[in-house]
Amino acid sequence: MRRLQQSPARYALLVVALILFVGLPTVVTSFQSAEWTQVLIFAVAIMGLNILVGYSGQISLGHGAFMALGAYTTAILVHRYNVDYLATIPIAGLLTGIVGFFLGIPALRLSALYLALATFALAVITPSLIKRPEQLTGGVRGIEILPPQPPDFANSAFTAVTGGPAMTSDQWLYYVCLVIALVLFWLAWNLVRRRPGRALRAIRDGEVAAAAFGVNIAGYKTLAFGISAFYAGIAGSLYGLTIGFVSPDTFPVALSIQILVGAVIGGLASVPGPVLGGIVTFWLPIVSNQFVGSQDWIPAQVASVFKNAGPAVSYGALLILIMIFAPRGLFGLIVSAYTWLQRRVRGAAERGTGHAPPDPQTV
Amino acid sequence: MQEFLQQVVSGLATGGIFASLALALVLIYNAMGLVNFAQGEMAMFATFIALVLIDHGLSYWIALPLTLVIAFAGGVVIQRVVIRPVERAPVLTLVIVTLGLATLVNGMAGFLFGYVPRSFPTPFSASTVNILGALASYQDLGVIAVSGVVLVLIYLLLQRTTLGLALRAASHHPDASRLLGIRVSWMLALGWGLASAVGAVSGMLAAPILLLQPNMMQTVIIYAFAAAVLGGIESPLGAVVGGLIVGVTVNLAGAYVPGVGGDLQLAVAFAIIIAVLIVKPNGLFGTASLRRV
Repeated sequence: MRRLQQSPARYALLVVALILFVGLPTVVTSFQSAEWTQVLIFAVAIMGLNILVGYSGQISLGHGAFMALGAYTTAILVHRYNVDYLATIPIAGLLTGIVGFFLGIPALRLSALYLALATFALAVITPSLIKRPEQLTGGVRGIEILPPQPPDFANSAFTAVTGGPAMTSDQWLYYVCLVIALVLFWLAWNLVRRRPGRALRAIRDGEVAAAAFGVNIAGYKTLAFGISAFYAGIAGSLYGLTIGFVSPDTFPVALSIQILVGAVIGGLASVPGPVLGGIVTFWLPIVSNQFVGSQDWIPAQVASVFKNAGPAVSYGALLILIMIFAPRGLFGLIVSAYTWLQRRVRGAAERGTGHAPPDPQTV
Repeated sequence: MQEFLQQVVSGLATGGIFASLALALVLIYNAMGLVNFAQGEMAMFATFIALVLIDHGLSYWIALPLTLVIAFAGGVVIQRVVIRPVERAPVLTLVIVTLGLATLVNGMAGFLFGYVPRSFPTPFSASTVNILGALASYQDLGVIAVSGVVLVLIYLLLQRTTLGLALRAASHHPDASRLLGIRVSWMLALGWGLASAVGAVSGMLAAPILLLQPNMMQTVIIYAFAAAVLGGIESPLGAVVGGLIVGVTVNLAGAYVPGVGGDLQLAVAFAIIIAVLIVKPNGLFGTASLRRV
């Protein structure tokens, strides 16, 4: 109990967030849990991109392509080979991860700018590449994935808690995504604060210095690409299952941009950042549209900007504003607000007792 | 043979469009070592402005210079407002900011002008002329001529004027130039203005062929990337030569390579980018850069 009381505030926050996420489908409608499923999926994809961009300092504007690969792997396995959908998720992740690993090898030779260029081009051509092997991918018509039915144990547990109607497949998928997201975030958390994470950050901040300390530059950079693609592949697979349909137009350039926006808004090189990023990228266009439309005091012209321009304008403006004013994203803002508050509170307490506050530089 | 020549000529014409957009990319790269992902969207927006001017009854030849002036001013304003605060930031930040700019401009165009494709006037007639057995339309020849003229003008500006010297000095040795009294930050803004104007030319050349709509330049910018990378990203001449090569290659691949067709031409451009970056990262006309660590 004593240890519990002294644990940092972030653990309490983590528990609260967990309870919220676990309990959510029991209080909201099935449709709303499907929306939050997409938030979780975005968070996973953003976490993957964050490992690549935030920790290893390589850039990818083409993560939508990795998601497409993951989604189509699942769709093809389920639809054509009748593989169990749960089994296809790790297959999709591993396949995408291997592809990402091998794409990481030519990426080693490219500077950040060229890598951005090449991956952006990859994102642009992805839809037309998918259309081509029509036998396999169904061309422009895409592939339908039937919604998976919740197993009996989940169904009975769910009805026991809510006392309401049976579990829908949307609610079941929410829990599938939640468990996978938790595992993947736990893995990422372990990855970034141990040896590989330190190595990646060392490479990001100074490749030559890292090499001088004996860090295997090529190995870690390709590894980061592979892991990042693995996350994107899993996210893509879950995305396909949730939407129940994959087609070339499911994976436009805008999807790659959206993932990048999420990584930047949430906060690069942080573990909670991608969760915030997932929430913001998914809800921002929807909420801003509904909110602005419902407000009378906003002039009709301004409101119609939001309606017609869609999420593009707000995404673009947010990207620029965050990069200029808060390069560490929302998570960075929260952390600096928290430390500022803590310092104020502690300073006030110690002024009362007459002791000088400890100099943070010597502690 | 005649059909082959035909394909080459029309490839050169589309190549001219890629070349002028690639030239704009090179100008900004030379000014601040950055590839501007918003270049295509800025060009598209400028073309919409041209269309508005023409719809208001101005003739093409008045609307064109007016558009270039507006595009120039727009480029300067964008550099001052959006780019300047992050001028010294790492490449990653700059790339993300230009991507944000691209998304923003695209959304604004969609809101202001709608997503319905619109036809755009061209000053060149569609009638054809026979060159060595290939039929070339005046439209194609006009596009090639315009991109040639733009290249020569840019070359003269950069190499033969004091302003050009200051521009080049500011990008190569910012600190030394500052000591000599050159206002480096404003030189960067001028670079953005110039690039924006050159990009606007490519937009106005592309619009009659592709039909004007907010996503018009989304594929053109990929070809322009390929052109700039192929020519060596800091070389204006390389951008134009690269643009023409990409235009012809893509056209020929679409016509003759089985399985490519119209929809995978973009993949050819992607293959060119990857191949050049792996085999000859400095491009055809680029010089290897040395980095002291």
